[in-house]
Amino acid sequence: MSDAKVEIEREHALHLLREMVLIRRFEEGSAELYTLGKIRGFLHLYIGEEAVAVGAMQAFTPDDAIVATYREHGQALARGIPAGSLMAEMYGKANGCSRGRGGSMHFFDITRRFYGGHAIVGGGLPIALGLALADKLQGRARVTACFFGDGAVAEGEFHESLNLAALWKLPLLFLCENNLYAMGTALARHQAQTDIRLKAQGDGVPADAVDGMDVLAVESATKQAAEAVRRGDGPILLELRTYRFRAHSMADPELYRSKEEVEQWKARDPIALFVARLREWGLLVDADLAAIEGKVAREVSEAVGMAEAGPWEPIEDLTKDVYAPAER
Amino acid sequence: MKKMTYREAVKSALREALRSDPRVFLMGEDIGRYGGAFAVTHGLLEEFGPERVRDTPLSESTFLGAGIGAALGGMRPIVEIMTVNFSLLALDQIVNNAATLRHMSGGQLSVPLVVRMATGAGRQLAAQHSHSLEGWYTHIPGIKVLTPAVPADARGLLLAALRDPDPVFIFEHATLYPLEGEVDESAGPTEIGKAVVRREGDAMTLITYGGSLGKTLQAADQLSVEGIEAEVVDLRSLRPLDTPAILSSIAKTHRALIVDEGWRMGSFAAEIMAQIMEGGFYDLDMPVARVCSAEVPMPYAKHMEEAALPQAATIIATVKKML
Repeated sequence: MSDAKVEIEREHALHLLREMVLIRRFEEGSAELYTLGKIRGFLHLYIGEEAVAVGAMQAFTPDDAIVATYREHGQALARGIPAGSLMAEMYGKANGCSRGRGGSMHFFDITRRFYGGHAIVGGGLPIALGLALADKLQGRARVTACFFGDGAVAEGEFHESLNLAALWKLPLLFLCENNLYAMGTALARHQAQTDIRLKAQGDGVPADAVDGMDVLAVESATKQAAEAVRRGDGPILLELRTYRFRAHSMADPELYRSKEEVEQWKARDPIALFVARLREWGLLVDADLAAIEGKVAREVSEAVGMAEAGPWEPIEDLTKDVYAPAER
Repeated sequence: MKKMTYREAVKSALREALRSDPRVFLMGEDIGRYGGAFAVTHGLLEEFGPERVRDTPLSESTFLGAGIGAALGGMRPIVEIMTVNFSLLALDQIVNNAATLRHMSGGQLSVPLVVRMATGAGRQLAAQHSHSLEGWYTHIPGIKVLTPAVPADARGLLLAALRDPDPVFIFEHATLYPLEGEVDESAGPTEIGKAVVRREGDAMTLITYGGSLGKTLQAADQLSVEGIEAEVVDLRSLRPLDTPAILSSIAKTHRALIVDEGWRMGSFAAEIMAQIMEGGFYDLDMPVARVCSAEVPMPYAKHMEEAALPQAATIIATVKKML
């Protein structure tokens, strides 16, 4: 991270910080609720990667579309889906954003054009491609942002989607969150070419890499890329270099990486780094941080309250929405 | 009424859809410049342009997934997969996405996607171009599976699929494309989920669909010469399945034989048998039987391929044993 001061409004800086802190505290709360058995299934925490979702999401308008992965709490919160709706989803309650049918891995909110929550690695890329194609065919100046991890670059659909997006010059922004591990397999242990930019370029998609621990760098790079994509210049891939501080999921004993490596990355905690910078620039005082923490704590606690109070979907509705209801 | 081939009937529906709905577009391998592997889309590129008749790379999974995404984005894509064997490359998008998104999103998403593909054997194309896997697809809640057997249904069911808010998979038996039939081009869509009795009779119910309908009717005609009147039920739609139509025929004939080009083990025929057991057991005079494909990858040599497939002679022999 460069220490050079970036021109940034205090209000916007505090907004970015608040969003990152919200994700961090929401997920710490989720981990706790998981150990209490309130949240079940798989829970993949985003802690450490907050600057990616928060920085990137600043580039998109409400008309743009977001496609994400099973590690999507950060994107969902940064997109503005209410925390309570997400927490209720993880509780499996009917007031959850997917009526309790999806859980942690499958958040959907069509009013915010948030198209999941996809748990087949790479499977969201073709869907994002189709959303972008629909926009192009209908002459809409929208961007589809597709988040995926470094693990997805091993999938055929990665190359197929990049190729088609480039071939058809689609308004699609590929956001590769490189946290260095495909579940527990390090990038260098599953890819002969570890520079993801080169893979993208080989498929005809211009690519750049960004420090994913620097929220301002992510914001600036994503805004610039989104603008080009929106202009009709064709797809772009950004590799956002980041790191997941927690295990892959709650079931992961982390045998594949050393504590030292994790500690080294934690020294570049995106929230701590941003706080230090804002203090240095005189944009943040202790009272601001306390106010943010207080507000976030209330929001998370209200989210838990909403999940606790939420109703269960009636069992009679089990097969509802497998197909559209008959018209007659 | 107009006489046209199955191929022309499919094209007639595609053309009508492209003309009447700007959201409709076609996407698939060699459907444009080449004119379609089975010439179904021949001429449509020239008529509608490359934006709406899109040639794709050999990336089945991705262009099918793009069809799902485009459907979510307000379009009405019609994706062509060259043959059912190639559709296996897209199975992830079909099973994990197309079929799940409405339910998994709590009813927020709708995937109005139409997928067409050729299925079946009979053209000496061996074991990677000849299988009948439509039965597999019926296992998946969230999609619909149609198997038009005559030109009028090829047109009518495709028009119905386009009006359907859910993903619809249409399996066109490749031997049917050159066959002619009467088609009313002013007729609208054919209702999805309704079987039709193609031939009435009281001695036996023959239940079939798609590429096996012709052989089954041929068998029934020959049986008729010998005084055996078999009823032939063409399912047309495998999911949803018109179980009442099957059961009402059996209530009349008390005997049932299923003709299904899929392999016998785990076949769609087995599902029909199970549904007859559940709903028509007391109407039966004897066990339900089936004629399916032999349990082998489809061989190339003509005599071997013929031996592997259901044939009119096998159907006749089985019927006679049952009477």
